[in-house]
Amino acid sequence: MATVVEEERFPGHPLLPYMLILPSVAVIAVFLVAPFLQSVQDSFFASTAFGTKTVYVGLRNYTRLFESSDFRNSALATLMFAGFVMVVGLSFSLAVAHLLNQKIRGQGVYQIALIWTYALSPAVAGAIWALMFAPATGIVPFVVAKFFGGYLLNWMTNGSLALLVVSAAATWKMLGYNIVFFLAGLQNIPQEYLDAARVDGAGPWRTFWDITFPMLSPTTTFLLFVNMIYAFFQVFGLIDIMTHGGPGDATNILIYKLYRDAFLYLNTGAASAQSCIVFVVISVAAVIQLHFATKKAIYAR
Amino acid sequence: MSPRQWKTAGTHAALVALVALITFPVVYAVIVSTLSFQQAYEYPPRLVPGTELWNNLVEAWNRVHMGRLFFVTSVISVGAAVVKIVLSLMAAFAYTHFRFRGRALLFPMTMITQMLPLPVRILPTYELMADFNWINTYSGLMFPFFASTTGILLFRQFFLTVPHDMTDAARMDGAGPLRYFLDILIPLSRTNIAALFVIEFIFMWSQYLWPLIVTNTEDMRVVQIGIKMLIATDQISPAWNVIMAGTIVAMLPPLVVLLVFRRSFAEGIAMQSQK
Repeated sequence: MATVVEEERFPGHPLLPYMLILPSVAVIAVFLVAPFLQSVQDSFFASTAFGTKTVYVGLRNYTRLFESSDFRNSALATLMFAGFVMVVGLSFSLAVAHLLNQKIRGQGVYQIALIWTYALSPAVAGAIWALMFAPATGIVPFVVAKFFGGYLLNWMTNGSLALLVVSAAATWKMLGYNIVFFLAGLQNIPQEYLDAARVDGAGPWRTFWDITFPMLSPTTTFLLFVNMIYAFFQVFGLIDIMTHGGPGDATNILIYKLYRDAFLYLNTGAASAQSCIVFVVISVAAVIQLHFATKKAIYAR
Repeated sequence: MSPRQWKTAGTHAALVALVALITFPVVYAVIVSTLSFQQAYEYPPRLVPGTELWNNLVEAWNRVHMGRLFFVTSVISVGAAVVKIVLSLMAAFAYTHFRFRGRALLFPMTMITQMLPLPVRILPTYELMADFNWINTYSGLMFPFFASTTGILLFRQFFLTVPHDMTDAARMDGAGPLRYFLDILIPLSRTNIAALFVIEFIFMWSQYLWPLIVTNTEDMRVVQIGIKMLIATDQISPAWNVIMAGTIVAMLPPLVVLLVFRRSFAEGIAMQSQK
């Protein structure tokens, strides 16, 4: 790999770099940083009954949230949902990419056939999975009843099952994306390393865990982060189409609850506090992931 | 067959099975989109395609004014992708080719904003749009998405690998920084530009929550909301055949973009994961 050199290549243009970064920095400042800081501020205020006045309430929005069972349920559902998407989705994708990463005929065709689902949106995935689990006519409940017996008319009225189904649907939508990145990562591992391991008598299993997996850790870390952001935020359409957060509140994950608190119940303080909590959670998770990635990367050398 | 051939055959069988498994939901959706309403409610579920595809497409298209939804969504998807690419190219050029006060601070800070997806700033962003009078406008739909850390990273990584000799040669020929940027660097980045276009087009085409909030008139709705509208217009029994016809249409544009640019897309991603 080329060494990273960030030298001045065009001396004598003191203003030009500022003009070049100005649009990006302006967009980030106006549409990202300022609204985020506003969210943080709003989370310490509550609006009065008719929204005419806001009063400072300190941490009360936060303490209320942590005391409410709605929020705790929602947080738990989010963690299970995100955990499923990240663990099941990435393991499965890595297995598929690993299988695909060998010299076989038709590799290009398999690649396209496996990654094109990347182009699907969460809402499209939601509509298709809603069809597959439709009450009375859904094909998946039919097949399951056929092979395992015990027919269930409507899976989506059972809380745990509904959460499992939306998790599976969300995971399915990300497979194409994950496989593309894992495959690229696998193809970047120098063949000599794998050959060396073979010469030393390591079997495929050992080789995978001792060489491939550690060397893949930048890709894995990146995908963990992307999948986490996806599971936390980008699945809104899927939930809105498949379950509306139901049955009960079984699939009322934080993004859906946040939307309802903010735009249906107009509870600005609670919504802002949830925004901030989510921010803290994903920041901490990102730092942990980064920490492990650096450790493993060093170990790999 | 030799053990080696057995192994190859096994790999093929496994891959075919995986393709079938992963593709099945969409294949099934396509089948349902060809059925009549009654056929879509047959039990056991019907797996033989029918002949109603065209009627269902027309029905779905007309029921939610899909033509308008397509127009709006195309404008914002192409618009956001192009703006993101231009801004990222400019910023990456500055970060890799110049030394300037604040660079060491600005670059990591730009990257950290990846931690600020729309939901953590959604209410204030909505209020900002209202202040700008941008509710129900293309600007309102697009502007909050213009920051692209992915793009800056992608181009930065590529620009760093461009040999200094190339820059020196251009300078020797009397080219200024902008000439060099436009005539040499950007043409060299074609693959990365195409890859980023695919990523950002699909990302924008898939947006659901923000368009739902920032638009409330029928003529500014996007395709994803159209899917929801198709499902919601039915009362007791959803017309799955029509809904699936609409869903299939909704997924075609991003799919076409992905297939057209698939080579650049794969190469761009391979380049990015080279660390």
